[in-house]
Amino acid sequence: MTQPPPPTPHRPGSDRPFFIALGILGGTYVLLLLATLGADAFYTTPGHLWRALQSPEIRYAIRLSLLTCTLSTLLSLWVAVTIGYLMTHLQFRGKALIDALLDVPIVLPPLVIGISLLILFQAPPLRALERFFPITYAVPSIVLAQFMVACAFAVRTMRVTFEQLSPRPEQVALTLGCNRSEAFWRVVLPSAKRGILTAATLAWARALGEFGPILVFSGATRMKTEVLPTTVFLELSVGNLEAAVAVSLLMVVAAVSVLLIIRSQGITPSTQRSL
Amino acid sequence: MIELDHITLQVGSFRLTDVSCHIPRGSHTALMGRTGAGKTTLLEAVCGLRTVQSGRIRIDGRDVTHEPPGARGVGFVPQDGALFAHLTVRQHLGFALDVRRWPAPRIAERVDELASWLRLTHLLDRLPLGLSGGEAQRVALGRALAFHPQVLCLDEPLSALDDDTRADICDVLADIRQRTGVTLLHITHNRREAARLADNVLQLLNGRIESTPVPEA
Repeated sequence: MTQPPPPTPHRPGSDRPFFIALGILGGTYVLLLLATLGADAFYTTPGHLWRALQSPEIRYAIRLSLLTCTLSTLLSLWVAVTIGYLMTHLQFRGKALIDALLDVPIVLPPLVIGISLLILFQAPPLRALERFFPITYAVPSIVLAQFMVACAFAVRTMRVTFEQLSPRPEQVALTLGCNRSEAFWRVVLPSAKRGILTAATLAWARALGEFGPILVFSGATRMKTEVLPTTVFLELSVGNLEAAVAVSLLMVVAAVSVLLIIRSQGITPSTQRSL
Repeated sequence: MIELDHITLQVGSFRLTDVSCHIPRGSHTALMGRTGAGKTTLLEAVCGLRTVQSGRIRIDGRDVTHEPPGARGVGFVPQDGALFAHLTVRQHLGFALDVRRWPAPRIAERVDELASWLRLTHLLDRLPLGLSGGEAQRVALGRALAFHPQVLCLDEPLSALDDDTRADICDVLADIRQRTGVTLLHITHNRREAARLADNVLQLLNGRIESTPVPEA
Protein backbone atom coordinates (compact mmCIF):
# COMPACT_ATOMS: atom_id res chain seq x y z
CA MET A 1 0.00 0.00 0.00
CA THR A 2 1.35 3.44 -0.92
CA GLN A 3 2.08 5.85 1.88
CA PRO A 4 -0.18 8.95 2.05
CA PRO A 5 1.72 12.15 1.15
CA PRO A 6 2.89 14.22 4.11
CA PRO A 7 0.38 16.97 5.04
CA THR A 8 1.11 20.25 3.26
CA PRO A 9 0.91 23.26 5.56
CA HIS A 10 -2.09 25.41 4.60
CA ARG A 11 -3.10 28.75 5.96
CA PRO A 12 -6.47 30.15 4.72
CA GLY A 13 -6.38 33.77 3.53
CA SER A 14 -7.79 36.57 5.65
CA ASP A 15 -11.59 37.03 5.86
CA ARG A 16 -11.15 40.79 6.00
CA PRO A 17 -11.44 41.62 2.26
CA PHE A 18 -14.62 39.56 2.03
CA PHE A 19 -16.31 41.40 4.88
CA ILE A 20 -15.01 44.79 3.71
CA ALA A 21 -16.57 44.21 0.26
CA LEU A 22 -19.90 43.14 1.79
CA GLY A 23 -19.74 46.03 4.26
CA ILE A 24 -19.28 48.58 1.47
CA LEU A 25 -22.20 47.22 -0.55
CA GLY A 26 -24.56 46.90 2.42
CA GLY A 27 -23.34 50.08 4.06
CA THR A 28 -24.11 52.15 0.94
CA TYR A 29 -27.80 51.23 1.20
CA VAL A 30 -27.92 51.89 4.94
CA LEU A 31 -26.27 55.28 4.34
CA LEU A 32 -28.80 56.11 1.62
CA LEU A 33 -31.65 55.33 4.04
CA LEU A 34 -30.12 57.48 6.75
CA ALA A 35 -29.38 60.26 4.29
CA THR A 36 -33.00 60.44 3.05
CA LEU A 37 -34.36 60.52 6.61
CA GLY A 38 -31.71 63.07 7.55
CA ALA A 39 -32.57 65.21 4.51
CA ASP A 40 -36.22 65.36 5.63
CA ALA A 41 -35.25 66.17 9.20
CA PHE A 42 -32.74 68.90 8.26
CA TYR A 43 -34.96 70.48 5.61
CA THR A 44 -37.75 70.96 8.13
CA THR A 45 -37.51 73.55 10.86
CA PRO A 46 -39.69 73.60 14.00
CA GLY A 47 -41.36 76.63 12.39
CA HIS A 48 -42.40 74.63 9.32
CA LEU A 49 -43.79 71.86 11.53
CA TRP A 50 -45.66 74.35 13.70
CA ARG A 51 -47.17 76.12 10.69
CA ALA A 52 -48.16 72.76 9.21
CA LEU A 53 -49.84 71.71 12.43
CA GLN A 54 -51.71 75.03 12.57
CA SER A 55 -53.25 74.56 9.12
CA PRO A 56 -56.91 73.42 9.40
CA GLU A 57 -56.52 71.29 6.24
CA ILE A 58 -53.52 69.42 7.64
CA ARG A 59 -55.18 68.98 11.03
CA TYR A 60 -58.21 67.56 9.26
CA ALA A 61 -55.91 65.21 7.28
CA ILE A 62 -54.20 64.02 10.47
CA ARG A 63 -57.56 63.33 12.13
CA LEU A 64 -58.93 61.57 9.05
CA SER A 65 -55.75 59.51 8.64
CA LEU A 66 -55.86 58.37 12.27
CA LEU A 67 -59.56 57.51 12.02
CA THR A 68 -59.42 55.66 8.68
CA CYS A 69 -56.19 53.80 9.51
CA THR A 70 -57.66 52.59 12.79
CA LEU A 71 -60.91 51.47 11.12
CA SER A 72 -59.12 49.70 8.26
CA THR A 73 -56.76 48.04 10.76
CA LEU A 74 -59.66 46.73 12.86
CA LEU A 75 -61.37 45.40 9.73
CA SER A 76 -58.10 43.87 8.51
CA LEU A 77 -57.54 42.12 11.85
CA TRP A 78 -61.00 40.52 11.85
CA VAL A 79 -60.50 39.21 8.34
CA ALA A 80 -56.83 38.26 8.79
CA VAL A 81 -57.42 36.25 11.96
CA THR A 82 -60.30 34.44 10.27
CA ILE A 83 -58.45 33.67 7.03
CA GLY A 84 -55.18 32.83 8.83
CA TYR A 85 -56.96 30.32 11.08
CA LEU A 86 -58.95 28.74 8.23
CA MET A 87 -55.96 28.44 5.90
CA THR A 88 -53.92 26.79 8.66
CA HIS A 89 -56.62 24.39 9.83
CA LEU A 90 -58.46 23.38 6.66
CA GLN A 91 -57.31 21.35 3.68
CA PHE A 92 -59.47 21.83 0.61
CA ARG A 93 -59.33 21.75 -3.15
CA GLY A 94 -58.13 25.06 -4.61
CA LYS A 95 -56.29 26.10 -1.42
CA ALA A 96 -53.10 26.94 -3.38
CA LEU A 97 -55.14 29.18 -5.70
CA ILE A 98 -56.71 31.05 -2.78
CA ASP A 99 -53.29 31.34 -1.17
CA ALA A 100 -51.93 33.00 -4.33
CA LEU A 101 -55.02 35.21 -4.61
CA LEU A 102 -54.48 36.50 -1.06
CA ASP A 103 -51.09 37.84 -2.14
CA VAL A 104 -52.46 39.74 -5.15
CA PRO A 105 -52.94 43.07 -3.31
CA ILE A 106 -49.29 42.91 -2.22
CA VAL A 107 -47.94 42.59 -5.75
CA LEU A 108 -50.55 44.64 -7.63
CA PRO A 109 -49.60 48.26 -8.52
CA PRO A 110 -51.51 50.47 -6.04
CA LEU A 111 -53.16 52.54 -8.78
CA VAL A 112 -54.60 49.36 -10.26
CA ILE A 113 -56.28 48.57 -6.95
CA GLY A 114 -57.86 52.03 -6.99
CA ILE A 115 -59.08 51.67 -10.57
CA SER A 116 -60.42 48.18 -9.85
CA LEU A 117 -62.39 49.47 -6.87
CA LEU A 118 -63.72 52.37 -8.93
CA ILE A 119 -64.92 50.01 -11.67
CA LEU A 120 -66.39 47.58 -9.12
CA PHE A 121 -68.49 50.36 -7.61
CA GLN A 122 -69.89 51.18 -11.05
CA ALA A 123 -71.71 47.85 -10.95
CA PRO A 124 -75.52 48.39 -10.68
CA PRO A 125 -76.05 46.79 -7.21
CA LEU A 126 -73.24 48.85 -5.67
CA ARG A 127 -74.41 52.02 -7.43
CA ALA A 128 -77.81 51.42 -5.89
CA LEU A 129 -76.18 51.02 -2.49
CA GLU A 130 -74.30 54.31 -2.96
CA ARG A 131 -77.59 56.18 -3.23
CA PHE A 132 -78.20 55.46 0.47
CA PHE A 133 -74.62 55.11 1.66
CA PRO A 134 -72.06 57.08 -0.39
CA ILE A 135 -68.76 55.28 -0.69
CA THR A 136 -66.89 56.43 -3.83
CA TYR A 137 -65.21 59.83 -3.31
CA ALA A 138 -66.34 59.75 0.33
CA VAL A 139 -64.65 58.74 3.59
CA PRO A 140 -65.75 55.04 3.44
CA SER A 141 -63.83 54.70 0.15
CA ILE A 142 -60.61 55.66 1.99
CA VAL A 143 -61.17 52.91 4.56
CA LEU A 144 -61.93 50.39 1.79
CA ALA A 145 -58.86 51.37 -0.26
CA GLN A 146 -56.60 51.14 2.79
CA PHE A 147 -58.21 47.86 3.85
CA MET A 148 -57.55 46.22 0.45
CA VAL A 149 -53.77 46.47 0.88
CA ALA A 150 -53.39 46.49 4.68
CA CYS A 151 -55.47 43.33 5.01
CA ALA A 152 -53.18 41.37 2.66
CA PHE A 153 -50.21 42.10 4.93
CA ALA A 154 -52.22 41.26 8.06
CA VAL A 155 -53.36 37.96 6.49
CA ARG A 156 -49.74 36.95 5.75
CA THR A 157 -48.71 37.74 9.32
CA MET A 158 -51.63 35.86 10.88
CA ARG A 159 -51.12 32.86 8.61
CA VAL A 160 -47.47 32.56 9.72
CA THR A 161 -48.50 33.13 13.34
CA PHE A 162 -51.03 30.28 13.29
CA GLU A 163 -48.65 28.00 11.39
CA GLN A 164 -45.99 28.52 14.05
CA LEU A 165 -48.31 27.66 16.93
CA SER A 166 -48.13 24.05 18.07
CA PRO A 167 -51.47 22.28 17.45
CA ARG A 168 -51.11 20.36 20.73
CA PRO A 169 -52.58 22.94 23.18
CA GLU A 170 -55.65 23.32 20.97
CA GLN A 171 -56.01 19.53 20.77
CA VAL A 172 -55.70 19.24 24.55
CA ALA A 173 -58.40 21.91 24.92
CA LEU A 174 -60.66 19.81 22.66
CA THR A 175 -60.16 16.73 24.86
CA LEU A 176 -60.93 18.86 27.92
CA GLY A 177 -64.42 19.55 26.65
CA CYS A 178 -64.06 22.54 24.31
CA ASN A 179 -65.60 22.68 20.88
CA ARG A 180 -63.53 24.36 18.14
CA SER A 181 -64.93 27.79 18.89
CA GLU A 182 -64.21 27.55 22.64
CA ALA A 183 -60.71 26.20 21.97
CA PHE A 184 -60.15 29.13 19.58
CA TRP A 185 -61.24 31.82 22.05
CA ARG A 186 -59.75 30.23 25.18
CA VAL A 187 -56.45 28.85 23.85
CA VAL A 188 -55.56 29.66 20.22
CA LEU A 189 -56.31 33.40 20.16
CA PRO A 190 -54.47 34.24 23.42
CA SER A 191 -51.46 32.27 22.12
CA ALA A 192 -51.51 34.35 18.93
CA LYS A 193 -51.53 37.67 20.84
CA ARG A 194 -48.09 38.78 19.66
CA GLY A 195 -48.85 37.90 16.06
CA ILE A 196 -52.09 39.88 16.25
CA LEU A 197 -50.28 42.95 17.56
CA THR A 198 -47.68 42.61 14.78
CA ALA A 199 -50.42 42.25 12.16
CA ALA A 200 -52.22 45.31 13.57
CA THR A 201 -49.15 47.53 13.55
CA LEU A 202 -48.16 46.43 10.05
CA ALA A 203 -51.69 46.97 8.73
CA TRP A 204 -51.86 50.38 10.39
CA ALA A 205 -48.52 51.46 8.90
CA ARG A 206 -49.51 50.23 5.42
CA ALA A 207 -52.84 52.03 5.67
CA LEU A 208 -51.15 55.27 6.76
CA GLY A 209 -48.88 55.27 3.71
CA GLU A 210 -51.57 54.29 1.19
CA PHE A 211 -51.92 56.88 -1.56
CA GLY A 212 -52.47 55.51 -5.09
CA PRO A 213 -55.80 53.70 -4.52
CA ILE A 214 -57.09 56.59 -2.39
CA LEU A 215 -56.26 59.16 -5.07
CA VAL A 216 -58.22 57.18 -7.68
CA PHE A 217 -61.08 55.85 -5.58
CA SER A 218 -61.57 58.68 -3.08
CA GLY A 219 -60.21 61.72 -4.91
CA ALA A 220 -58.13 64.45 -3.28
CA THR A 221 -60.69 66.93 -2.02
CA ARG A 222 -59.45 69.15 0.78
CA MET A 223 -61.32 68.85 4.06
CA LYS A 224 -63.23 65.89 2.65
CA THR A 225 -61.11 62.96 1.48
CA GLU A 226 -57.69 64.36 2.36
CA VAL A 227 -55.44 62.01 4.30
CA LEU A 228 -51.75 62.67 5.05
CA PRO A 229 -50.29 61.24 1.78
CA THR A 230 -52.89 63.31 -0.10
CA THR A 231 -51.69 66.40 1.80
CA VAL A 232 -48.10 65.75 0.71
CA PHE A 233 -49.29 65.42 -2.89
CA LEU A 234 -51.48 68.55 -2.76
CA GLU A 235 -48.86 70.69 -1.03
CA LEU A 236 -46.23 69.56 -3.54
CA SER A 237 -48.54 70.33 -6.47
CA VAL A 238 -48.90 73.96 -5.31
CA GLY A 239 -45.15 74.28 -4.69
CA ASN A 240 -45.34 74.35 -0.89
CA LEU A 241 -42.37 72.06 -0.32
CA GLU A 242 -41.93 73.07 3.34
CA ALA A 243 -45.41 71.87 4.31
CA ALA A 244 -45.03 68.70 2.19
CA VAL A 245 -41.76 67.80 3.96
CA ALA A 246 -43.18 68.64 7.40
CA VAL A 247 -46.12 66.29 6.82
CA SER A 248 -43.76 63.65 5.42
CA LEU A 249 -41.72 63.89 8.59
CA LEU A 250 -44.84 63.30 10.68
CA MET A 251 -45.46 60.13 8.66
CA VAL A 252 -41.82 59.04 9.06
CA VAL A 253 -42.14 59.41 12.84
CA ALA A 254 -45.38 57.37 12.81
CA ALA A 255 -43.84 54.64 10.62
CA VAL A 256 -40.67 54.38 12.72
CA SER A 257 -42.77 54.17 15.89
CA VAL A 258 -44.70 51.28 14.37
CA LEU A 259 -41.46 49.58 13.38
CA LEU A 260 -40.19 49.89 16.96
CA ILE A 261 -43.42 48.37 18.30
CA ILE A 262 -43.06 45.40 15.93
CA ARG A 263 -39.42 44.90 16.90
CA SER A 264 -40.25 45.07 20.60
CA GLN A 265 -42.79 42.29 20.04
CA GLY A 266 -40.01 40.07 18.73
CA ILE A 267 -41.28 39.47 15.19
CA THR A 268 -39.80 36.14 14.15
CA PRO A 269 -37.48 35.65 11.18
CA SER A 270 -40.01 33.49 9.36
CA THR A 271 -42.67 36.19 9.75
CA GLN A 272 -40.28 38.69 8.25
CA ARG A 273 -39.45 36.29 5.43
CA SER A 274 -43.09 35.94 4.55
CA LEU A 275 -43.46 39.69 4.33
CA MET B 1 -62.41 -0.39 29.21
CA ILE B 2 -61.29 0.57 25.72
CA GLU B 3 -62.19 -1.56 22.71
CA LEU B 4 -60.70 -0.94 19.29
CA ASP B 5 -62.71 -2.95 16.83
CA HIS B 6 -61.11 -3.37 13.36
CA ILE B 7 -59.85 0.21 13.22
CA THR B 8 -58.41 1.59 9.98
CA LEU B 9 -56.60 4.94 10.08
CA GLN B 10 -54.81 6.95 7.44
CA VAL B 11 -52.54 9.93 8.05
CA GLY B 12 -50.91 11.12 4.83
CA SER B 13 -49.16 8.09 3.39
CA PHE B 14 -49.12 6.29 6.78
CA ARG B 15 -51.83 3.69 7.25
CA LEU B 16 -52.94 1.41 10.07
CA THR B 17 -55.31 -1.30 8.89
CA ASP B 18 -57.72 -3.49 10.82
CA VAL B 19 -56.32 -2.86 14.29
CA SER B 20 -58.22 -4.49 17.13
CA CYS B 21 -57.52 -4.70 20.85
CA HIS B 22 -59.20 -4.75 24.21
CA ILE B 23 -57.87 -2.74 27.13
CA PRO B 24 -59.39 -3.80 30.47
CA ARG B 25 -61.12 -1.24 32.67
CA GLY B 26 -58.85 0.22 35.35
CA SER B 27 -55.71 -1.26 33.81
CA HIS B 28 -52.46 0.54 33.13
CA THR B 29 -51.66 -0.44 29.57
CA ALA B 30 -48.29 0.35 28.01
CA LEU B 31 -48.42 0.80 24.26
CA MET B 32 -44.99 0.06 22.87
CA GLY B 33 -43.46 -0.13 19.41
CA ARG B 34 -40.82 1.41 17.22
CA THR B 35 -40.75 5.11 16.35
CA GLY B 36 -43.13 5.65 13.43
CA ALA B 37 -45.16 2.52 14.18
CA GLY B 38 -48.30 4.64 14.68
CA LYS B 39 -48.61 4.65 18.48
CA THR B 40 -49.41 8.36 18.74
CA THR B 41 -51.84 8.15 15.82
CA LEU B 42 -53.69 5.34 17.59
CA LEU B 43 -53.73 7.29 20.87
CA GLU B 44 -55.06 10.34 19.04
CA ALA B 45 -57.82 8.18 17.54
CA VAL B 46 -58.87 7.10 21.05
CA CYS B 47 -58.88 10.78 22.13
CA GLY B 48 -60.95 11.74 19.08
CA LEU B 49 -58.23 13.83 17.48
CA ARG B 50 -57.99 11.52 14.43
CA THR B 51 -60.93 10.37 12.36
CA VAL B 52 -61.01 6.63 11.79
CA GLN B 53 -61.84 5.46 8.28
CA SER B 54 -63.57 2.34 9.46
CA GLY B 55 -64.08 0.30 12.61
CA ARG B 56 -65.42 1.16 16.06
CA ILE B 57 -63.97 2.64 19.26
CA ARG B 58 -65.85 1.86 22.49
CA ILE B 59 -65.11 3.25 25.93
CA ASP B 60 -66.80 1.40 28.80
CA GLY B 61 -69.19 -0.12 26.28
CA ARG B 62 -70.20 3.23 24.75
CA ASP B 63 -69.53 3.70 21.04
CA VAL B 64 -67.51 6.93 20.80
CA THR B 65 -66.27 6.47 17.22
CA HIS B 66 -67.99 9.58 15.93
CA GLU B 67 -68.10 11.58 19.14
CA PRO B 68 -66.05 14.79 19.40
CA PRO B 69 -62.97 14.65 21.67
CA GLY B 70 -64.63 16.66 24.43
CA ALA B 71 -67.55 14.24 24.75
CA ARG B 72 -65.46 11.06 25.12
CA GLY B 73 -64.38 11.40 28.74
CA VAL B 74 -60.74 10.91 27.80
CA GLY B 75 -57.94 12.93 29.42
CA PHE B 76 -54.89 13.53 27.25
CA VAL B 77 -51.34 14.33 28.36
CA PRO B 78 -48.98 14.88 25.40
CA GLN B 79 -45.23 14.46 25.54
CA ASP B 80 -44.40 18.10 26.30
CA GLY B 81 -47.46 18.67 28.48
CA ALA B 82 -48.73 21.35 26.02
CA LEU B 83 -49.58 23.75 28.82
CA PHE B 84 -51.42 26.97 27.94
CA ALA B 85 -48.79 29.71 28.17
CA HIS B 86 -51.25 32.44 29.21
CA LEU B 87 -53.00 30.55 32.02
CA THR B 88 -51.86 30.04 35.62
CA VAL B 89 -51.56 26.59 37.17
CA ARG B 90 -54.87 27.26 38.98
CA GLN B 91 -56.58 28.08 35.67
CA HIS B 92 -55.13 24.92 34.12
CA LEU B 93 -56.55 22.73 36.88
CA GLY B 94 -59.94 24.42 36.59
CA PHE B 95 -59.99 24.63 32.77
CA ALA B 96 -62.15 21.56 31.98
CA LEU B 97 -64.52 22.42 34.84
CA ASP B 98 -64.93 26.00 33.66
CA VAL B 99 -65.73 24.69 30.16
CA ARG B 100 -68.37 22.47 31.82
CA ARG B 101 -69.82 25.54 33.58
CA TRP B 102 -69.24 24.23 37.09
CA PRO B 103 -70.01 26.86 39.75
CA ALA B 104 -66.91 28.73 40.95
CA PRO B 105 -66.91 27.31 44.54
CA ARG B 106 -66.98 23.72 43.20
CA ILE B 107 -64.15 24.52 40.78
CA ALA B 108 -62.09 26.05 43.59
CA GLU B 109 -62.72 22.99 45.76
CA ARG B 110 -61.65 20.57 43.02
CA VAL B 111 -58.58 22.69 42.14
CA ASP B 112 -57.48 22.70 45.80
CA GLU B 113 -58.00 18.94 46.01
CA LEU B 114 -55.89 18.31 42.87
CA ALA B 115 -53.23 20.83 43.86
CA SER B 116 -52.77 19.27 47.25
CA TRP B 117 -52.68 15.73 45.78
CA LEU B 118 -50.19 16.62 43.02
CA ARG B 119 -48.10 18.92 45.25
CA LEU B 120 -48.94 22.02 43.20
CA THR B 121 -50.42 24.23 45.92
CA HIS B 122 -47.39 26.53 46.09
CA LEU B 123 -47.43 26.93 42.30
CA LEU B 124 -51.13 27.73 41.81
CA ASP B 125 -50.61 31.35 40.77
CA ARG B 126 -47.59 30.69 38.56
CA LEU B 127 -47.61 30.70 34.74
CA PRO B 128 -46.13 27.65 32.94
CA LEU B 129 -43.01 29.58 31.95
CA GLY B 130 -40.38 28.70 34.52
CA LEU B 131 -41.99 25.49 35.81
CA SER B 132 -39.61 22.51 35.91
CA GLY B 133 -40.28 19.51 33.65
CA GLY B 134 -41.75 17.48 36.51
CA GLU B 135 -43.95 20.36 37.70
CA ALA B 136 -45.23 20.93 34.16
CA GLN B 137 -46.12 17.24 33.82
CA ARG B 138 -47.92 17.25 37.18
CA VAL B 139 -49.93 20.29 36.01
CA ALA B 140 -50.74 18.53 32.70
CA LEU B 141 -51.86 15.42 34.63
CA GLY B 142 -53.98 17.48 37.02
CA ARG B 143 -55.58 19.36 34.13
CA ALA B 144 -56.47 16.08 32.41
CA LEU B 145 -57.80 14.45 35.60
CA ALA B 146 -59.88 17.39 36.81
CA PHE B 147 -63.10 16.32 35.09
CA HIS B 148 -62.88 12.68 36.29
CA PRO B 149 -62.20 11.05 32.89
CA GLN B 150 -62.76 7.32 32.43
CA VAL B 151 -59.58 7.03 30.37
CA LEU B 152 -56.24 8.82 30.62
CA CYS B 153 -54.07 8.78 27.48
CA LEU B 154 -50.39 9.54 28.04
CA ASP B 155 -48.02 10.12 25.14
CA GLU B 156 -44.50 9.46 26.47
CA PRO B 157 -45.00 11.74 29.50
CA LEU B 158 -41.69 10.71 31.06
CA SER B 159 -39.39 10.80 28.07
CA ALA B 160 -38.05 14.33 28.54
CA LEU B 161 -37.49 14.04 32.31
CA ASP B 162 -34.33 13.36 34.29
CA ASP B 163 -34.09 10.12 36.31
CA ASP B 164 -35.22 11.56 39.67
CA THR B 165 -38.17 13.42 38.18
CA ARG B 166 -39.07 10.36 36.13
CA ALA B 167 -39.23 8.26 39.31
CA ASP B 168 -41.37 10.93 40.95
CA ILE B 169 -43.86 11.05 38.04
CA CYS B 170 -43.93 7.22 37.99
CA ASP B 171 -45.06 7.37 41.64
CA VAL B 172 -47.70 9.96 40.70
CA LEU B 173 -49.00 7.74 37.87
CA ALA B 174 -49.21 4.71 40.17
CA ASP B 175 -51.03 6.84 42.72
CA ILE B 176 -53.45 8.17 40.08
CA ARG B 177 -54.43 4.64 39.13
CA GLN B 178 -54.87 3.55 42.73
CA ARG B 179 -56.95 6.57 43.74
CA THR B 180 -59.13 7.06 40.66
CA GLY B 181 -59.40 3.65 39.03
CA VAL B 182 -58.99 5.41 35.65
CA THR B 183 -57.97 3.27 32.66
CA LEU B 184 -54.48 4.38 31.61
CA LEU B 185 -53.19 4.01 28.07
CA HIS B 186 -49.55 5.00 28.11
CA ILE B 187 -47.14 5.20 25.16
CA THR B 188 -43.60 4.41 26.22
CA HIS B 189 -40.33 3.18 24.73
CA ASN B 190 -38.94 2.38 28.15
CA ARG B 191 -39.24 -1.29 29.23
CA ARG B 192 -38.38 -0.45 32.85
CA GLU B 193 -41.18 2.12 32.92
CA ALA B 194 -43.59 -0.46 31.47
CA ALA B 195 -42.40 -3.09 33.98
CA ARG B 196 -42.92 -0.73 36.88
CA LEU B 197 -46.30 0.71 35.95
CA ALA B 198 -48.12 -1.50 33.48
CA ASP B 199 -50.13 -4.65 34.02
CA ASN B 200 -50.86 -4.98 30.32
CA VAL B 201 -48.47 -4.41 27.42
CA LEU B 202 -49.48 -3.94 23.79
CA GLN B 203 -46.93 -3.99 21.03
CA LEU B 204 -47.69 -2.14 17.78
CA LEU B 205 -45.71 -3.87 15.07
CA ASN B 206 -46.14 -3.67 11.30
CA GLY B 207 -49.62 -2.22 11.68
CA ARG B 208 -50.81 -4.96 14.06
CA ILE B 209 -51.37 -4.86 17.81
CA GLU B 210 -50.16 -7.81 19.85
CA SER B 211 -50.49 -8.37 23.54
CA THR B 212 -47.09 -9.24 25.01
CA PRO B 213 -46.00 -10.21 28.51
CA VAL B 214 -45.14 -7.37 30.89
CA PRO B 215 -41.34 -6.97 30.79
CA GLU B 216 -39.53 -7.95 33.97
CA ALA B 217 -38.17 -5.09 36.03
